[in-house]
Amino acid sequence: MNSERGSEVSTGNPHHAVTNAGSTVAAPPLLRMEGIVKSFPGVKALRGVSLELQAGHVMAIVGENGAGKSSLIKTLSGAYEPDEGTIEINGQPLARGTHAAIDAGVAVIYQELSLVNDMTVAENLFLGRMPSRSGLVLRKRANEMARTALAQVGLEGVSPSMRLGDLPLNKRQLVEVAKALARDARILVMDEPTAALQREDIANLYAVVRRLRETGMGIIFISHHLEEVFELADSAVVMRDGATVGARAMAQWTEQDLVQAMVARNLDSFYPWEPRDYGPVMLEVRNLASPPVLRSASFSVRAGEIVGIAGIAGAGRTELLKAIFGALPLSGGEVLIRGQKVSIGSPAQGVRNGLVYTSEDRKLEGLVLDASIEENVALSSLLALATGGFVSNTKKRKLAQEASTRFGVRASSVMQITGNLSGGNQQKVILGRATATQPAVIMLDEPTRGIDVGAKTEIYAHMVSMARAGAAVIMVSSELPELLGMSDRVLVMYRGNIVTEIPRDKADSETVIQWATTGVGA
Amino acid sequence: MTSTAANQADSQARSRRIIRQLRTGLGPLLAALILICIGLSIASPEFLTTSTLTNIMVQVSVVGIAAVGGTFVIITSGIDLSVGSLVALSGMVAATVMAGSSPDNVALGIAGLGVALVVGALVGALNGLSVAWLRLVPFIVTLAMMAMARGLTLAISDGRTKFDFPNAFTAFGAKTLVGLPAPMIVMLVVFVIGHVLLRKKTFGHQVFAVGGNKEAARLAGIPVNRVIFLTYTLAGATAAVAGIVLAGRLNSALPSAANGLELQVIAGIVIGGTSLAGGRGSIVGTFIGVVLIGVINVGLSLLGVNPFWTQFIQGGVIFAAVLLDAVSQRRKL
Repeated sequence: MNSERGSEVSTGNPHHAVTNAGSTVAAPPLLRMEGIVKSFPGVKALRGVSLELQAGHVMAIVGENGAGKSSLIKTLSGAYEPDEGTIEINGQPLARGTHAAIDAGVAVIYQELSLVNDMTVAENLFLGRMPSRSGLVLRKRANEMARTALAQVGLEGVSPSMRLGDLPLNKRQLVEVAKALARDARILVMDEPTAALQREDIANLYAVVRRLRETGMGIIFISHHLEEVFELADSAVVMRDGATVGARAMAQWTEQDLVQAMVARNLDSFYPWEPRDYGPVMLEVRNLASPPVLRSASFSVRAGEIVGIAGIAGAGRTELLKAIFGALPLSGGEVLIRGQKVSIGSPAQGVRNGLVYTSEDRKLEGLVLDASIEENVALSSLLALATGGFVSNTKKRKLAQEASTRFGVRASSVMQITGNLSGGNQQKVILGRATATQPAVIMLDEPTRGIDVGAKTEIYAHMVSMARAGAAVIMVSSELPELLGMSDRVLVMYRGNIVTEIPRDKADSETVIQWATTGVGA
Repeated sequence: MTSTAANQADSQARSRRIIRQLRTGLGPLLAALILICIGLSIASPEFLTTSTLTNIMVQVSVVGIAAVGGTFVIITSGIDLSVGSLVALSGMVAATVMAGSSPDNVALGIAGLGVALVVGALVGALNGLSVAWLRLVPFIVTLAMMAMARGLTLAISDGRTKFDFPNAFTAFGAKTLVGLPAPMIVMLVVFVIGHVLLRKKTFGHQVFAVGGNKEAARLAGIPVNRVIFLTYTLAGATAAVAGIVLAGRLNSALPSAANGLELQVIAGIVIGGTSLAGGRGSIVGTFIGVVLIGVINVGLSLLGVNPFWTQFIQGGVIFAAVLLDAVSQRRKL
């Protein structure tokens, strides 16, 4: 596969770590992690990871979901105790526990922010260590100190006495950075910092990171976005299967190299799209409305078709799918399945009428995380698996095993708890459940969100085979390349309406973005 | 990965799972029960006798029967505080229907049984309706129902005890079958039905899914509201069965019957490993939990412990059970 690259890609040897200048330094690095091993029941999350970070240096960690990035970060933050290996900061071994890590200057910003919305900005910055004298909080002093920290992240305009929850999300994230600064962090770790941000906020965050780098802080960030890695990082470390498989200065990486190192397989046919023959119309929707978001939507999908739905956040894409499925109340319009008008008042009726919907939020709306793969796959098919109300364990096991094999779920057995699976595998379990009902219409809401490149290609292939098998496939996606790469035609939504339909050969990014952001064509 | 390595990983995962189940599942609870029984049979020669053991089963039967429906409710992450009042109400309504009956009046006895069950299921259904479709908080709804059902019991009885029921009614509380007391038999039957319903039937699978993740269950096509509604209805019905057994055993219906029973019911369920957060639990666990409480109560009185301390020790057992559960859950991560 990538044997010619094999010699270039180091296997976690710390001597391959690179500095800004690309030369190794004699003084102890800001951070040195060596031979870190961490196992969980059934999984070896980290198998001997080593890396070095110099002061004033930005290091990106990239890798597919499940590669061990988050485990590595949690080891550094003290949340996980490594089974083997050493962590040194400025040559000093790091003691156990999260407190020791904070005291040593490690600050970690997770995707889910750890701030309290109902407290003020200053209270958040000094959570648990508000400046005080004889037991009384010195609010003025705290606000002054907060102002300094906020200025360092470009939040001069934010008042320290403001309630945190009143700030927009992008600013809350910067508050989290300021919190790290207020704690005198020397190593700042950010997990997917831009995932929830808009374009201009991303540029703002980059500027803050660059400023912090100049002050000598060492910065590690995890990212799925390669353009971000090239824009911001001085070096990039690639992780795969719990080990570092490459560490180079950014100048020595190409995008192709990075992706190859991450997945260790070829990505030539990324979108496995091919023309297909269509059958009869499976789903037709007329003037469907569900206030307050969905105003009016009309479209139809044939058997064997893959239809993409584009639109910016809040345009009503998820609401459209949920309204068809019976998960949102309708105020008007009608739904026809195989030409028959149906009245669907709940998802249970939706499933009975041959519809399935997979949510954009796997954890909150997709899986019963405490339950096994088997139970999750069977969830939509319980009636079919039962005789006289008794669920057949044999049938259930067989259904789950077939789905697991068909979708290539990587797990030790179908009895494994889904909460421990990677995002891609969780999504495959949900697809297994959805297709187990042999639906006429499959509605996928952001089916590849937050999952790694390899699993994405597998899911694309499954979409094609579902369509081939005669299902009507509808996909909502915010990733334009995926939408354009997989859809036979693209519907664009704008402010609760379907404003246009673009056939595959006319669908390009500019046209779709034009319609999605303005509601009219060029 | 080679196939031998995969097989090895598979068998390792399997043995780890078995060990974990022994350590964190019902294993420790059962071990605790057995240890306490061994200890008691050494300490008191009276403990390991048929009469003591059946006596324990009779004593826990009312709580145990009501706990079967309660387990379903708690697995959906709900709670039912009204079961104690419902035990009293269903018994009292039946007593009112059967007022002045001769012991041989079979028809009136059956009517009493039917009315008790209908009242229990109806009030349970009202709880379920409020929680499922009206989206009211289970704790408050069932707290209100607890007060209303108790108030109704007092009102229809005028605060007086009613007694002398037909034999067809009292049979479920007072008769013996092949030497076994009826309350024990009824309890075992209800537990077996509950276990089958929870583990083998579609409904049980749905209950676990609703408790594990309500929104995911809904979007997977599970009729979440109906499932929640049915669990409360079931809890009402099992409370009624408990009410029948209690009234039959005493051959009387007391307006103050089963006062505070709901707390013993919840204690038994929680000791049995059912999670108040929902999604986890078992009928077998509830059975062991309820029996454990009974064994401790009887054991303490056999050992001559001051009855005032019984409640204190009961509380300690609940605390220990919750602690054990939390520790084993954490270790799983």
